Amino acid sequence: MELPLVLLIGLLTAVATWLMLSRNLIRLLLGFAVLGNAVNLSIFVAGRLTRDAPPLVPLDAETIAGAFANPLPQALVLTAIVIGFGLLAFALVLAWVAYERLGTVRTDEMRVAEPPEEKA
Amino acid sequence: MMAGWLAAFVLVVPILSAGATTLAQGAPRLQGWLSLLGSYVLLVVSVALLLVVLRDGMVVLQSGNWAAPFGITFAVDSLGAVMTVIAAITGAACLTFGLGEIGEAERRAWFHPLSHVLLLGVCGAFLTGDLFNLYVWFEVMLIASFGLMTVGGTKAQIDGAVKYVALNLVATLMFLLAVALIYGLTGTLNFADIARSVPTVSNVGLLTAAATLLMAAFGMKAAVFPLFFWLPAAYHTPLVSVSAVFAGLLTKVGVYALIRAFTLLFTHDPGWTHTLLLWIAGLTMVTGVLGAAAQTEMRRILSWHIISQIGYMVMGLALATPLGLIGSVFYLVHHIIVKANLFLIAGVAARLTGSMELKRIGGLYRSAPWLGVLFFIPAFSLAGFPPLSGFWAKLVLVRAALEIGSWWIAAAALVTGLLTIYSMTKIWAEAFWKPHPAGEAAARPLGEAPTVMLLPISALAAGTVVIGLFAQPFYVVAERAALELLDPASYIAAVLGGAK
Repeated sequence: MELPLVLLIGLLTAVATWLMLSRNLIRLLLGFAVLGNAVNLSIFVAGRLTRDAPPLVPLDAETIAGAFANPLPQALVLTAIVIGFGLLAFALVLAWVAYERLGTVRTDEMRVAEPPEEKA
Repeated sequence: MMAGWLAAFVLVVPILSAGATTLAQGAPRLQGWLSLLGSYVLLVVSVALLLVVLRDGMVVLQSGNWAAPFGITFAVDSLGAVMTVIAAITGAACLTFGLGEIGEAERRAWFHPLSHVLLLGVCGAFLTGDLFNLYVWFEVMLIASFGLMTVGGTKAQIDGAVKYVALNLVATLMFLLAVALIYGLTGTLNFADIARSVPTVSNVGLLTAAATLLMAAFGMKAAVFPLFFWLPAAYHTPLVSVSAVFAGLLTKVGVYALIRAFTLLFTHDPGWTHTLLLWIAGLTMVTGVLGAAAQTEMRRILSWHIISQIGYMVMGLALATPLGLIGSVFYLVHHIIVKANLFLIAGVAARLTGSMELKRIGGLYRSAPWLGVLFFIPAFSLAGFPPLSGFWAKLVLVRAALEIGSWWIAAAALVTGLLTIYSMTKIWAEAFWKPHPAGEAAARPLGEAPTVMLLPISALAAGTVVIGLFAQPFYVVAERAALELLDPASYIAAVLGGAK
């Protein structure tokens, strides 16, 4: 099961890299969203994919006997998804405000904060 | 156990301040006072924590009483405690300054609550003993800094924020990917547990790759060569009190994370990681100072100098000798105070003369000679003049480099110091010495700046002088922090207990 997921992660990373190399701010943010998913999947794979028993400790025991599925990656991925969502939401609003105020979504045209060009 | 509670209070206080200032959003005066109160209480609590750590050694807090490595661990060693105190000092100084700077519009854009959330993220990052938890604190800090950067909403701020946000998003994902790889290799995220497992990892190549990825992620936050371009594009745009907090604290959280990662976690392949860090340090110093030479806007000059100063801190880490790390810790403390102060002084200078752009201002020495004195202290401390704090920091680092025969890095450090004087002299000559282009009356006297702005500047300048004149106790604390960093075994034992 690992191999297809690893290939998917590779594909997503490639797509995201291509999107993020764009000068268009919206594409950059789409790339961020895709790359976020690739990274979340790698956390998931890093926890090892198994089809074992659920990680529930029986009432009369201290630990689980035998193999059990790793619950930690899901907790980590959940946290990462929430954080990624928050960041993306802010970034999208920022892109919208930038479009309204600066009149462009092309990053190479955003030069308000840069020093004025030397006259040739 | 009491000490553990103290560490928790360092996080509880900013949470409460953020909550209280949010509720007081409709009552401007009350909100200002609550905000100040919160920042000074944080200062008191963090100083108490530092004293406890210096007296009794590391403070370890296992949240929810889940023993490490299963619960989320907070582990405070001397470095973490020192950094927390410095963060609290910067926060208190900049929030005091902010009272004089921010108007109703900025206040309505949630300046106060966001500032406290930022302090929460910074303090959390300094205290945590868990890699994933560090990621979460970084994000808390990051989202608050996004909000603060755009308080005011001018075109330049939006423009700067786009670049700042974009590059930080990338760094965030690199950090998370490194976390995934490290978790996959070691099966744990607890610092101490990772440090214990690293020598047993069989796939050393992948481990080094993960470490390098982490270095890139932290390096981008710390603004080292060649990942620093977001910093000079953004740091001159926000409010002065915001940019002073950013300049003092945010990149230093990245440096702190680098120090933590490459003293505690990844010392398995110093031939690659620490050599790389040394090259990065040298190039960061030189490019930063050369970048500053080309600028004519006060805060842009100072922003480029942040980069060059980061190089010094990374240099001490890369040397990985006791003296080198002492230098790094000392430099961190000195730099945060000096750099935040320079940004605040630039803010006052702009208020008195009408601009940050050096070509359009002047005459400050005639109209406000005391501001000249206040500028002189941090500026020449930055350049490393004795007997100010920067001199001792540079002296220790250069000695550390000479001790192990790294001649070129010592040379780079000294040349960078020399070029720093050039930039500081430029600000001095343009803003203070030459007459104001709009006539003598255009530069106003110091008395016209609000007292709440001058108080933090004077206090930070006094701090710089005190560290310079009475360097010994500060050196002793830095030495202790450095020796703890070089002894990961006791960190591991303190967190995980003697067993196993």
